[in-house]
Amino acid sequence: MPLTDSLRDDILASVPSLRAFAISLSGNGDRADDLVQETLLRALANIDSFQPGSNLPAWLFTILRNLFRSDYRKRRREVEDADGNYAKTLKTQPAQSAHLEFEEFRVALDKLPQDQREALILVGASGFSYEDAAAICGCAVGTIKSRVNRARSKLSALLYVDGADDFGPDDTVRAVIGGSGG
Amino acid sequence: MKDVKSQASKVAAPGKPGRLNTEIQSRIGHQLRAMYDDVVRQGVPDRFAELIKKLDAPGATGDQQTAKPDGRD
Repeated sequence: MPLTDSLRDDILASVPSLRAFAISLSGNGDRADDLVQETLLRALANIDSFQPGSNLPAWLFTILRNLFRSDYRKRRREVEDADGNYAKTLKTQPAQSAHLEFEEFRVALDKLPQDQREALILVGASGFSYEDAAAICGCAVGTIKSRVNRARSKLSALLYVDGADDFGPDDTVRAVIGGSGG
Repeated sequence: MKDVKSQASKVAAPGKPGRLNTEIQSRIGHQLRAMYDDVVRQGVPDRFAELIKKLDAPGATGDQQTAKPDGRD
């Protein structure tokens, strides 16, 4: 369909969630915004292929996801600063304790296989149905469900069970608290 | 202080796998959405608003027509 004012407004309205998706995928704010920019250029250039009445956010997410995938393949060998860059994208700095917890979650999310991470984000954060997420990722609905389940299990293990040893200071804090006797 | 994890460690006691799973999954869902919504709340940066405005002129996107619609290379 042609680029009407209302369609343009709808695309603009999708930008915040496209950025959130891009940052969740890449863990890097600058790279995420480049991905969003390229997504918008592709979408506007190919707006004629968008079917009126179909799911615009899903269409845009599909473009972004595929761009990220091809970009990822190119950059696979580059060393990434997964720990430091995400914090720069925050407009307001959360309190220190929340910030640490946030970073822990971010690091754990980055440890997931890409397939699982994107499935979890699409369903658990972007709010897409399993069906839409499957269409965005180009796979079966059952595959998305299984990826989401595996992602949740792995995050749970990383953050709350097996992962305890990865975060040394926490043991120390617990020991101090335990030693004080309350 | 890392309240979420220390609390979760308490529920990670043996013998309560169901409750552990539910609580932890709920925490994970909450953290995931908090991380995501934090970015969503930043709104539309000027660069994107300007980009779309600029490309709105007729023919302005003409040089992009060869790109594949779904982004697959």
